[in-house]
Amino acid sequence: MFRTSDWTDQKVEVIIANLLRAGVMFAAVLVIIGGLIFLVRHGLSPASYHVFAGEPFELRNWKGIVRAALTLRGQGVIQLGLLCLIATPVARVAFSVFAFAIERDWLYVGIAAFVLGVLLYSLLGSAV
Amino acid sequence: MNNLEFTVLVGLGSFMAGFLGALTGLGGGVVLVPLLTLIFKVDIRYAVGASLVSVIATSSGAAVAYLKDGFSNIRIGMFLEIATTVGALFGAFLAAKVSTSAIGAIFGLVLLYSGYLSSRTPVDPPPDQKPDPLATKLGMNGEYPSLAGPKSYNVHRVPLGFGLMFGAGGLSGLLGIGSGAVKVLAMDHAMGIPFKVSTTTSNFMIGVTAAASAGVYLSRGYVDPGLAMPVMLGVLAGSLAGARVLARTKTRQLRWIFGAVIVALGIEMLYGAFTGKL
Repeated sequence: MFRTSDWTDQKVEVIIANLLRAGVMFAAVLVIIGGLIFLVRHGLSPASYHVFAGEPFELRNWKGIVRAALTLRGQGVIQLGLLCLIATPVARVAFSVFAFAIERDWLYVGIAAFVLGVLLYSLLGSAV
Repeated sequence: MNNLEFTVLVGLGSFMAGFLGALTGLGGGVVLVPLLTLIFKVDIRYAVGASLVSVIATSSGAAVAYLKDGFSNIRIGMFLEIATTVGALFGAFLAAKVSTSAIGAIFGLVLLYSGYLSSRTPVDPPPDQKPDPLATKLGMNGEYPSLAGPKSYNVHRVPLGFGLMFGAGGLSGLLGIGSGAVKVLAMDHAMGIPFKVSTTTSNFMIGVTAAASAGVYLSRGYVDPGLAMPVMLGVLAGSLAGARVLARTKTRQLRWIFGAVIVALGIEMLYGAFTGKL
């Protein structure tokens, strides 16, 4: 599919960087939309972040977040945007695994796969 | 204060933090948590959660700008990410165990150290021709473009750098910052990586490291959408604007001023921690 000579570290990085930027912009758009819904509905309620209460359970895991976002709850849409944002570096590492495999650099396939595992553990831990 | 006023004020503050952070190269994350806790009286756990999210946004958003010149070294970055991501998970778990005053005190110390670093101009390590055998095995030695053609460099003391990066990841997970200060210690001083290479490489690592702890913060309920929204959007817009202005300004004086602000915030954080106000 790709000739290894065309598939240099530098080119891979440029592709990844553009993917990352697209991911961040997509996430930002979701956060803006969610923020507008949130402010239209709750803009005049008092803001209180001094006392720590923790978020409600449905805003802590991706299933609950997707559900809240689909019902167009502002906070749910914002949280979905944040989830996309957190996923962008994870996608970057996943892409690196693939890129190292094409370079047949198995040592770094292993290293990148380990990093990916740690990230997925953290991210999917929020599924339970 | 209602949500609308809060969003506008926090958004403006975050924009300034991101703008000055990008302009001075010191990163906005380090002033964000003190800003939220000391001025907006936000609980430090919410503040750290929002800060982590904004760190990912700036790191990923600026990646394109950092890549054009061919300075970053993906192998050094990926290898050290083993240490930073595991450290970040550890830091995130620790954040639930230690008191908010302890987090505040550690934050204060990191601010003082960052302020000290900002007063120094980065010096490249002397070119030394003996790389760490481990670095050679891991294919880390590389070259970067310079006016006199490609310049090669070797990587040293890999285990020490790896250990320090674990610490950098831990601080990132505990405090919600990019840990630029510890990064400098590990990559520039311990491993002897040229300044431009370490700066561009660490920009990538910061996002991956923050993502490792952000998942834990999210599932623990420390990421509040109402707070994270203005913080993330403000810092992102500020850092993108800062990167544009960067080429046209003299940053030396600005670094001094921003450094002084960081030190003042550090003292304030320590004071707050010891008087139990955090």
